[in-house]
Amino acid sequence: MKERIIKRRKGFISIDLKELWVYRELFWFLAWRDILIRYKQAAIGIAWAVVQPLLTMVVFSVIFGGLAKLPSDGVPYPILTFTALLPWQFFANSMRASSQSLVGNSAIITKIYFPRIIIPTSAVISGVIDFAISFVILIGMMGWFRVMPTLNFLFLPLFIFLAFIAALGVGLWLSALNVEFRDVFYIVPFLIQAGQYFSPVAYSSSIIPAQWKFWYSLNPLVGVIDGFRWCILGAPAPDWNNLMVSTLAMVALFVSGLIYYKKMERTFADII
Amino acid sequence: MTHKKSAITIDDLGKRYLLGSGGGERYRALRDVIVNGITGLFKRDRSQQEQKEFWALRNVSLRVEEGKSFGVIGRNGAGKSTLLKLISQITEPTEGEIRLRGRVASLLEVGTGFHPELTGRENIFMNGSIMGMTNAEIKRKFDEIVDFAEIAKFLDTPVKRYSSGMYVRLAFAVAAHLETEILLIDEVLAVGDAKFQKKCLSKMENVSASGKTIMFVSHNMASVKNLCSKCIWLDSGRVKMIDDADKVIDSYLLAGEEMGAQKVWNDQDAPQNSWVKMRSVRLLNESEEPAANFKTSEPVLIELVFEVADDGNRIVTGYHMFRRGTFLFSASDQDHNEEKNIRYGKGVHKVVCVVPANLLNYGEHNLEFVIGVNNAQIKTGEVLSFRVFNDYPTEWLGEVRPKLEWRI
Repeated sequence: MKERIIKRRKGFISIDLKELWVYRELFWFLAWRDILIRYKQAAIGIAWAVVQPLLTMVVFSVIFGGLAKLPSDGVPYPILTFTALLPWQFFANSMRASSQSLVGNSAIITKIYFPRIIIPTSAVISGVIDFAISFVILIGMMGWFRVMPTLNFLFLPLFIFLAFIAALGVGLWLSALNVEFRDVFYIVPFLIQAGQYFSPVAYSSSIIPAQWKFWYSLNPLVGVIDGFRWCILGAPAPDWNNLMVSTLAMVALFVSGLIYYKKMERTFADII
Repeated sequence: MTHKKSAITIDDLGKRYLLGSGGGERYRALRDVIVNGITGLFKRDRSQQEQKEFWALRNVSLRVEEGKSFGVIGRNGAGKSTLLKLISQITEPTEGEIRLRGRVASLLEVGTGFHPELTGRENIFMNGSIMGMTNAEIKRKFDEIVDFAEIAKFLDTPVKRYSSGMYVRLAFAVAAHLETEILLIDEVLAVGDAKFQKKCLSKMENVSASGKTIMFVSHNMASVKNLCSKCIWLDSGRVKMIDDADKVIDSYLLAGEEMGAQKVWNDQDAPQNSWVKMRSVRLLNESEEPAANFKTSEPVLIELVFEVADDGNRIVTGYHMFRRGTFLFSASDQDHNEEKNIRYGKGVHKVVCVVPANLLNYGEHNLEFVIGVNNAQIKTGEVLSFRVFNDYPTEWLGEVRPKLEWRI
């Protein structure tokens, strides 16, 4: 049998993929537990996953489409916002859940070893269920509004993957920060609220003036949401340069989050 | 001669904690860091100079042979739990190294990862998975676990409705059925009733006989002696002795290091003055049997036996109760009418104070006894130690957790 050596790690800490593979089922188990608990305690249970995005869509359609009369790029306003709510709510829920994930699991962290990265990752994975439910609603809406999917639809998994990476990047940052700085708890709701207005959720990104597009695209969600609209609604293809900016911003967020997380990980059990 | 390989090899291990200069404040507020410059985010060690350091463990070296059971003893705060946390990789050593041959499972606390809202069945899967079992492994062991825990009827009941006994049984059952080569166990057997403790111990003997390596932390010298061949005695984070379990335990007990649940003095070293002499003190449970572990829902009976030399003295007995180093309260049989305190005549007297159920919070408690005679006092220093365990899985904050009357 091979010997394992435990000692103080120095410098850049690599990710032990082999170990993650051994613990692969735990990703799912933790996500499954979160979902189970979330809906066991709710009065109308899983229906929240349906009600929440639908109500938000109605509000956005009335205010931004109906009252503010923002352009809808030729599709019904409800479906325009719903297409964006899909990745956005996934992102926002993941951000909420993952930022609390380490602190919420402190009892386990101080008593049992397993790769710590599983905790915030599972928090993001648990959001996939809500995402899937919303997706079914979307398909229903496409039938109702008679929006035919185009071949672009085939690219959707790519953008779902990007949404996942963006959520995970933010999740890694916030969960690790929250171990040391408990005021992260107060910042997250604000970030989510601000993020919603800085992302093309309630409106189409076509209303952003061209000279601001570059800065606007630094928000990773801009690329993701534009991509979703392109795949699902056959909206104008996202500008590839801007998409590239979004993707690079996302990768930077993810990689830096990973580095920060791995650095902090060594002391989680001591300070949590 | 067969030379056995070692399952755990530890070389010069040390763990240092930094104590904040500002006292117990563990978390920093983000705004402070922003004020101090954003660099603080990346340099956690920035304020090390201002912090006091504390070595929870240092210069520890040992070797545990494959298939052997190894005991860890020492007073509270000696570093026993830190040692297990380092071996199980929960926290990282500051210096030295540990070499392990085989998978490690740790049972540092009963029911870690149990969620009160989930059912027994769901928790078995959850807990097993956190401890590193695969889904297939859990399924294979499932019946055995349920059988051992004796909870078959309550499998689909949320564990928040379990009694503390059921809860503990289930938690131990999951851990004991892990298929790891090395098992670390920290004082978990102290919970649960005597029958179950026995069952756990015999399960551990089986586990040990099946070739697994066990490292076992306990205050119960009898079970360490029973289970372990070798033993380490830690004192303030340093190794005091490593040898055959019998030898280490004998020296340990001889040194009188262990604050137990009873103390008997001989004539010479008893706390005394010309009027009064302490004889013995001990702790009893509800059924008046000696005990060192109590549940929060149980009363703790504190017994003091003392000898009085003459009639007619004003004598008051009492004690000071400490929890984790905090002075919790003092109790006394004093009467405000001084005349009434003349009640213990010449001879040996026994007094028992009942600390009611649902008053003490979980954790280590220590006792110091005091007898006041006329205007003098004799004190024992902290002589007794006992543990209180939570009946309910959730920890309550505060030094005590009284059950009070609520008018709703």
